[in-house]
Amino acid sequence: MPGTATKGVELAQKLIFELGSEGRRGDSLPSNDDLPPVDPAALFGAAHREAPAPLPEVSEPELFRHYVRLSQQNFAIDLGMYPLGSCTMKFNPKVNEWAARLPGFARLHPLASDEGIQGALEVMYRLERGLAEVCGMDHVSLHPAAGAQGEYTGLMMVRAYHADQGRSPKKVLVPDTAHGTNAASCAMNGLKAVGFPVAESGIVKVSDIAPYVDDDVAAIMITNPNTVGLFETHIQEIADLVHDKGGLVYGDGANLNALMGRVRPGDVGIDVMQFNLHKTFTTPHGGGGPGCGPVGYKSILDPFAPVPVAAKREDGTYFLDYERPKSIGRLRGFHGNFGMMVRAYAYLREMGAEGLKGATEMAVLNANYLRARLGDTWKVAFDTTCMHECVISDRHLKETGVTTMDVAKRLMDYGFHPPTVYFPLVVKGAMLIEPTETESLQTLDEFVDAMEAISAEAQRDAAIVKNAPTLTRLRRLDETRAVRNPILRWTEPAEPTAEAAE
Amino acid sequence: MAQYPSDLRYTKDHEWARLLDDGIAEVGVTSYAVEQLGDVTLVDLPEAGSDVQAHERFGDIESVKTVSELFAPVSGEIVEVNDELEGSPELVNEAPYDKGWMVRIKMNDPAEFESLMEPPGYEDFVSKIE
Repeated sequence: MPGTATKGVELAQKLIFELGSEGRRGDSLPSNDDLPPVDPAALFGAAHREAPAPLPEVSEPELFRHYVRLSQQNFAIDLGMYPLGSCTMKFNPKVNEWAARLPGFARLHPLASDEGIQGALEVMYRLERGLAEVCGMDHVSLHPAAGAQGEYTGLMMVRAYHADQGRSPKKVLVPDTAHGTNAASCAMNGLKAVGFPVAESGIVKVSDIAPYVDDDVAAIMITNPNTVGLFETHIQEIADLVHDKGGLVYGDGANLNALMGRVRPGDVGIDVMQFNLHKTFTTPHGGGGPGCGPVGYKSILDPFAPVPVAAKREDGTYFLDYERPKSIGRLRGFHGNFGMMVRAYAYLREMGAEGLKGATEMAVLNANYLRARLGDTWKVAFDTTCMHECVISDRHLKETGVTTMDVAKRLMDYGFHPPTVYFPLVVKGAMLIEPTETESLQTLDEFVDAMEAISAEAQRDAAIVKNAPTLTRLRRLDETRAVRNPILRWTEPAEPTAEAAE
Repeated sequence: MAQYPSDLRYTKDHEWARLLDDGIAEVGVTSYAVEQLGDVTLVDLPEAGSDVQAHERFGDIESVKTVSELFAPVSGEIVEVNDELEGSPELVNEAPYDKGWMVRIKMNDPAEFESLMEPPGYEDFVSKIE
């Protein structure tokens, strides 16, 4: 059987609330006898808790074992390939963690004076300049806490730009392949997302959008490469058309890892875009830490940028510049998620210009290798060179009754995390596969072997695939029931009565 | 029961409409739509009293696989909403043409109903989808 899955001892684990016993401790805090007494009731008022919170009481080893065991029940990028599409890179270099933990970064107080945090301001300033160079923009704001907030910020600046000219166009054109966040960012800004269908080729043509472009268009939001992994070749003409009517072009930078070093969005007509640092600059994905979604923009939008901005004086010192009367204001407390900026900067410097270009080329090469090899067995959705990800479907298995969901479950038995399934919506039974720049040829071949084996199983004995997974700790979960009747809160089981105990 | 009941009319967005008395059309999604969606987990419908336009979105349907928009087959005022779907979205899977109905629309123009596809036309349309 291809793949790397095997068997091993896995320890069962209760919830942490079910462990330990009353009074057990895993910490030892210094005595506070020499501190002045504090009256918590006076300090916290109505928020003061009368009785201690019912927190777990466990020793240090119990605590560690609990979380290590849980982590062993999970699949992680440090364990194996994670071909989830639309997520782009998954690499978190360990050196980033070293850099972000340097005391000079990790222990800064957010209220420290500019003079006391010159090093941190320099990192912010240099990261802004570096990102601006990569995407061909004039400026970058590091404030937004995630890509979605970056979109929101960018559109807020677009709105402020139009308002400053005494206009208030309301429409934002969004192709039907767009990320769901695009429409949400429009709604949050009081703008109306107007969807338009994309031609069968999977890319936006000028003729697709021309009927929608008028004076009421505030912007078009376009992802390049798009969510089906294709390069939008008409981006410049589309930008010209929208610009002619006074609109701006928002570039969703979610897939920038397929362009870095090869194409700069700012050079092909894009006015404003967000970076998702976890998708392009190695910061952890959701759950691995807070996010950071910087916004790059052209000079025409600079008056409206969020404040403060890390700036450099002529004498070489750095300061936080609040001087922007037309600014959309402050988006976040303090200066954004600084730890993510350190990680992204470390990666940027480690790779250098040639390294970033190499990462882009490898991401695209790996995706095309998978597209070509998987295409021998599976139906490839768009039969053309792809960028960083490729789309296949379950179409050739239609007669067997095996669906994309079954294939995803069976992949776990082969030791792979499933790809993104049933997205993009424009492809029926889609599997969106993104190998990323970091997987080796051997790993890619193992993945293809597994996919070919699953296809053969489906045709020979569909039940093998329909009943998967079989090697995982838990068998197939009832996802429908989980959504229809979610139980989100643990409650202590009732004390067994004497009768029940008998 | 035929897969596409003969007394209903159909749209390319996979909604069906049934003509009730007084120019009211009952609306739901077809068994083909249900098959594509998989287990339905949420049906988000507008309040009774709101107006809808033919071919425009009037709600959303969510399944374990995806979220899709619901498009009105005809224009008019929504006079009744199937509140049972809020607690029991599985009715859409179990009985798409019956207990899984979604809204009842008082039609502005009954001719719109007549312009919808009849069962053979819809069946033909579905058979051509990959």
